[in-house]
Amino acid sequence: MKATTKTTYQIPVGPIHPALKEPVMFEFEISGEKIVDVDVQLGHVHRSVEWAGMRRNPIQILYLAERICGICSFCHPIAFARAIENAADIEVPERAQYLRVIQGELERICSHMLWAGVAAHEIGFDSVLFLTWQMREKALDLTEFLTGNRVTKAITMIGGVRRDITKDMLPTINEALTYLKDNFEKLRHIFLDDKTVKMRSQGCGVLTYDDAMKLCAVGPTTRASGVKKDVRLDQAYLTYPDLDFDYVTPDVLTGEVNGDVYDRIIVRLLEVKQSIDLIEQCIDKMPAGEIISEPKIPKLLATLKKARGEGIGVHEAPRGEVIHYVKLDGEHENPYTWKVRAPTYNNILAWIPMLLGEQIADIPIVAASTDPCMSCTNRVAVVHNNKRYILDAEKLHQLSIEKTRRIMI
Amino acid sequence: MKFSMLPQVFTQMFKKPFTNKFPAKYIPPSTTKFLEDVGAGKTSIVPPIEVPKGFRGKIQYDRDKCIGCKLCIKVCPSGAIEYKEKEKKIKIYIARCTFCSQCNDVCPVGCLTMSNEFLLADTDKYSKDLIVE
Repeated sequence: MKATTKTTYQIPVGPIHPALKEPVMFEFEISGEKIVDVDVQLGHVHRSVEWAGMRRNPIQILYLAERICGICSFCHPIAFARAIENAADIEVPERAQYLRVIQGELERICSHMLWAGVAAHEIGFDSVLFLTWQMREKALDLTEFLTGNRVTKAITMIGGVRRDITKDMLPTINEALTYLKDNFEKLRHIFLDDKTVKMRSQGCGVLTYDDAMKLCAVGPTTRASGVKKDVRLDQAYLTYPDLDFDYVTPDVLTGEVNGDVYDRIIVRLLEVKQSIDLIEQCIDKMPAGEIISEPKIPKLLATLKKARGEGIGVHEAPRGEVIHYVKLDGEHENPYTWKVRAPTYNNILAWIPMLLGEQIADIPIVAASTDPCMSCTNRVAVVHNNKRYILDAEKLHQLSIEKTRRIMI
Repeated sequence: MKFSMLPQVFTQMFKKPFTNKFPAKYIPPSTTKFLEDVGAGKTSIVPPIEVPKGFRGKIQYDRDKCIGCKLCIKVCPSGAIEYKEKEKKIKIYIARCTFCSQCNDVCPVGCLTMSNEFLLADTDKYSKDLIVE
């Protein structure tokens, strides 16, 4: 009798695959149904956004930054504007800061609602997908009412915001917030008490506290593993220090931290509630005053042309910390350099410990549980002479040092 | 409850759908024929939902007011505005416009405004409807 030897086999998923919403490449090492090794390859939607930005003036870049990602269409421009303000020493009026917080939190509601729908869809629970998107529609209507558009908001301006919230707008805002609050309870009940969601998400895709710390995961992904990390609280920017809120970790609700997909659902849902609360606080506390520091745009452009220096803009996007780095050289209108680090870039490596030991069928929900956004992430593709490079930590560090030296001139 | 979505699904079955069936309840077999019928008054279009105040639609240009200062060209993020050297006026290609209304903000004489018009689909990006001058 011939002896059979069991070997693992490889399954490539992507870059274009029906299960994936955006192009990303996975190479799975499979033994039976179990995943024993994962490799993630990125760089399929690199669009040279930063290169394009270096040929535009800062006002034009605001709208380019808005188009880095369709869901984060507020956090990229706000991080960029904050970087420019940091570099050119522009002070933002207090009312504008409150308005920025309102927009940022509204975006978080929209994004987490969308994510909740997608996560439900990934486990085949499509009726919840429609419920969440019905609620998201209200949040989008509110966005359209406040900014003039549903997705590309065009509200950020360097030194402030472009549209104010007047007194006659408040009833509509309150109505929308009440609707969201009422329906939120329903959604929370379905997500957290339903058997279907629990079956698929509990104990699945576990990211431990140590791994989350080691891989520098950000946003809800890391908070679900119990790491208290939130730019809004850690860095005290905009008017967040004046508002009353705290880190959302799953032990707030269940009393324990597992770091599984279920915990990530809890964190995101509680953050929706927190965001509604933050918007209400902002509307209550908002002082009267200017909404922009320099309303004359030609004058602003002249100031930015003369400005010299480096700036970093940080914002807690729905997916985590987004960082924009800008350097102005004081001679040209366009920035000398512009670098974007989107939150998914940090969260992608967290997929590997999450997926190890899981089944093939769990791939979509585990991958979706970090709320990945490839269009945000794909900034750098390493292809050189058609050879694939393996970048280990040391080499990466070396490259990083070289880049820092290069940027510093 | 074990399956808490069930009551929601049943109530949803008897609710009016959220979607506004614009421009017709069902897709007509021929769009051009449908539009001809609408023009002849045989059928009617289901109206679109009203846009909110402050909506940014197709750009409108007041040619006489324009002083040809080129500021709008400088701030336009997509390069949708062309300068006509001879007449010292501008030409806007709506096919490239991103509807950010930055040119409206920067215009010193206020000759640019955003209208409520949003039905801008066309087969030709240089068609008459998509060029404002």
